Amino acid sequence: MPSLWTNCAGIQSPNPFWLASAPPANSGAQVQRAFDAGWGGAVWKTLGQPIQNVSSRFAGHTIGGVRGAGFNNIELITDRPLEVNFREIYETKLKYPKHAVIVSLMVETEEEWKDIIKRSIDAGADGLELNFGCPHGMCERGMGSAVGQEPKVNERITSWVKHYSTVPVLVKLTPNVGDINPHGLAANRGGADGVSLINTIKSIIGLDIDRMVIEPRVGNQSTNGGYCGAAVKPIALHMVAQLAQNPNFGLPISGIGGVTNWRDAVEFILLGSSSVQVCTEVMLKGYRIVEDMIEGLEGYMKTHGFETIDQMVGKAIPNYTHWGDLDLNYETVAKINANTCIGCQACLVACMDGAHQCIHPQAGTRVPRVDESECVGCNLCKIVCPVPDCITMAQVDNGFAPASWNEFLYQGKAIRPKKGVHQ
Amino acid sequence: MAPSSKLAAAAGALPTDRSESVFTDYKPAFTPHQATVEAFRCLYCSDAPCMNACPTHIDVAQFIRKIATGNLHGSARTIFDANILGTSCARVCPVETLCAGACVYNQLGHPAIQIGRLQRYATDWALESGEQFFQAGASTGKRVALIGAGPASLACAHELRRLGHSPTIFEKRKELGGLNTFGVAPHKMKADVSLQEVDWILGIGGIEVRTGVEIGRDVTLEQLEHDFDAVFLGMGLGPDTPMPVPGQDLPGVVGAVAWIEAIKLKKLDLSGVRSVLVIGGGNTALDCVREALTLGIKDVRMVYRGTAAGMPGYQHEWKAAVLAGARAEWQAVPVAFEGQGRVQKAVCAKLDGNKQPTGEKVTLDADLVLLAIGQSKLGAMVAGLAGIAVDKGVVQAGADGATGRKGWFAGGDCKNGGKEVVNAAAEGKAAARGIDQYFRSK
Ligand SMILES: Cc1cc2nc3c(=O)[nH]c(=O)nc-3n(C[C@H](O)[C@H](O)[C@H](O)COP(=O)(O)OP(=O)(O)OC[C@H]3O[C@@H](n4cnc5c(N)ncnc54)[C@H](O)[C@@H]3O)c2cc1C
Ligand SMILES: Cc1cc2nc3c(=O)[nH]c(=O)nc-3n(C[C@H](O)[C@H](O)[C@H](O)COP(=O)(O)O)c2cc1C
Ligand code: SF4
Repeated sequence: MPSLWTNCAGIQSPNPFWLASAPPANSGAQVQRAFDAGWGGAVWKTLGQPIQNVSSRFAGHTIGGVRGAGFNNIELITDRPLEVNFREIYETKLKYPKHAVIVSLMVETEEEWKDIIKRSIDAGADGLELNFGCPHGMCERGMGSAVGQEPKVNERITSWVKHYSTVPVLVKLTPNVGDINPHGLAANRGGADGVSLINTIKSIIGLDIDRMVIEPRVGNQSTNGGYCGAAVKPIALHMVAQLAQNPNFGLPISGIGGVTNWRDAVEFILLGSSSVQVCTEVMLKGYRIVEDMIEGLEGYMKTHGFETIDQMVGKAIPNYTHWGDLDLNYETVAKINANTCIGCQACLVACMDGAHQCIHPQAGTRVPRVDESECVGCNLCKIVCPVPDCITMAQVDNGFAPASWNEFLYQGKAIRPKKGVHQ
Repeated sequence: MAPSSKLAAAAGALPTDRSESVFTDYKPAFTPHQATVEAFRCLYCSDAPCMNACPTHIDVAQFIRKIATGNLHGSARTIFDANILGTSCARVCPVETLCAGACVYNQLGHPAIQIGRLQRYATDWALESGEQFFQAGASTGKRVALIGAGPASLACAHELRRLGHSPTIFEKRKELGGLNTFGVAPHKMKADVSLQEVDWILGIGGIEVRTGVEIGRDVTLEQLEHDFDAVFLGMGLGPDTPMPVPGQDLPGVVGAVAWIEAIKLKKLDLSGVRSVLVIGGGNTALDCVREALTLGIKDVRMVYRGTAAGMPGYQHEWKAAVLAGARAEWQAVPVAFEGQGRVQKAVCAKLDGNKQPTGEKVTLDADLVLLAIGQSKLGAMVAGLAGIAVDKGVVQAGADGATGRKGWFAGGDCKNGGKEVVNAAAEGKAAARGIDQYFRSK
């Protein structure tokens, strides 16, 4: 049986699944229920000077009838008194000594940081997470993403925290930046033990077009919020991978953003995360989703011969490279399986209007034909095909040895003639 | 999984050209894509009504979510942890009145989640992979005798093994599985699937099986009590109830369950049969109707004392039978069977709304009459044992399966008077827990 035991930046937990700092980790009773359900750790809802929240706070992004495909919120940090939070953290750690309780923090001055760090550690925190990511409300007060977007400020505050903390410190990064690298490196310079990313993405999820107000609406006004949930995973994976492959970075990563099941978690781990945090899917489905995440991860590890999480972390990073290093002579063409094709011709219209005009109707049948001499192997037809494995991308042996753009440019390697140009 | 040699032999012993071989699945297996799409439709209800409607309380929402994420191992484990007969239940359960009947989608006017087919998807995967999900508990040395190898005893024996006890199943027949093997309609499940399931259940190891041993005849109850630390009664129901009217002994007048057994385990010669009358209005009658139609007989008619709305059989089954070509003679009861050398006609008295004769008679053609008016109860077998109460042939026992006699437990049809496989599975498991409790408190 593989072991799910997790060590992320020195914070240990029975498995890599942590609640992200958000409503599911708002109180002791909740976090304890989550641990009972199987969560390995929890990043407590961000503590700071308690705020007053608005109502309403959330909006769901419905895509094709799927509710909550994306999610957006304008909630701030904890609205509960600090002493209550600390008492509950203490009680939780007492009851669950093996589970990880990480306390998320967001305050302004060095004095405030010093004070809240001490109180967190006294309450039993296994680690601290610095919320440099919240993209609404708090940043306007000079905290949250206002810090995360400024590498110098990030580094300075991180170094204060490291100075006062006796437990590992994770810096939670905001995705609301052009390039994540300088921000990860700033955390590194500040002495962070690791980073967590991503926080939510600045967004407007949609409008009530009759009232002409953004959702979620507070009376007849609203503001931009933070986007999260399943839809943000691709952005999160990219940012995680960017840091994981940066040779100057080298810190452990706690991956967050759009994790809904064990497959998502496996992706984050393979791209360099040593723990995985979840917020939105728990908000939508409850703590019980972790049972499947644990079983699914174990099953994956067994299938692939991994005995520990460490063996998995970053395994896909060596295969993540620059465009200029991709093999331009690797050639695929679409093949339509006439036996399973149902004749919807979704591929035909997609290729005609959206790709390279190489799927054509055939007389006497609704099964279309691929002109392989023009097919560029873009995958569009396969993506729109409703029948699993009906369209496959077959590799073509074109006689050309592998050659990347860089190799073409700098070593003069031969590249194959272009297809689908229709000159 | 190395199939236990005895069982592999049992499955192999079934002729391949059985009458049931021509049946196709009424609810066919899902393809992976179909299963995924259906699983994603599930609302993952909290304290889900489907789970609460299932007598074994399978966590339906959880096993369906696991299908959606591709965690079939976990999905099957969730099912089997609640109900080790999850494979047959997926096929034979009347989901329309159980889990799927409780699906909240019904309230939205959307089709209910196809829970049975999803359950089949996960459990088929498990049986094919041969994976065993549970290990026997540390041995307690306690021996339990189980009478009958039907769903009730199998569920009980498996749970007893998980708890570390040593069960021995006595089955009077050659085949294991009880009515799952020789009674369930072949459009739901064929005998070989039942035998495979039994084989897989016994894969936990340490369950002794003795076939061809009839308790009460080959081994006495006293002997059982002497040799074992506890006894579980799982003998189900007895033979078809006869119909005491003139002509009842004519060839061609047969019991429904006996006839079903014949089509499931053998090849029946139905060449001379053009008209079939099925007497009764329960689910066995409905099964017979659909079975006769599928076997190619065009004129199949159910004769029932009451009206369509009042019959005890499931309405969804009757609708399916009508679609398959079934007809019915409502409010009628046979008063005589007639024929030269074998049955040719049934004379029926018409009944009124109170099921009293109106005086009118109808005569119906019949080359074959299937009596589906109930099965006898076997409680009499244990009625002589002090402490065991038997009411109209039904063994009286509590929710933990305990009868009034120390160490004697019961579950399944012999205790509930005749319900479904899933009830037998639930009661067998509950009795195993009851037996375990009994051992602990001794
Ligand atoms: C025709 C028919 C169709 C059915 N269809 C369905 C269906 O579609 N779905 C559903 O859920 N349920 C169905 N049922 C009901 C279901 O089959 C039963 O509820 C279930 O099998 C009961 O399980 P059991 O273990 O109590 O008894 P059984 O399955 O009857 O098993 C009892 C076993 O005990 C053996 N036995 C009896 N006496 C002795 C003895 N003295 N010594 C040794 N062995 C003995 C028998 O040979 C038998 O193998 C159907 C029943 C019938 C009759
Ligand atoms: C309602 C809500 C409140 C949140 N509050 C916090 C917070 O207090 N501190 C914080 O660091 N992140 C907060 N987040 C961000 C999440 O922790 C997480 O980084 C983000 O939602 C992406 O993960 P997900 O896709 O699993 O939701 C919040 C998110 C939501 C939806
Ligand atoms: S989810 Fe709970 S707190 Fe939120 S609006 Fe509904 S009832 Fe109120």
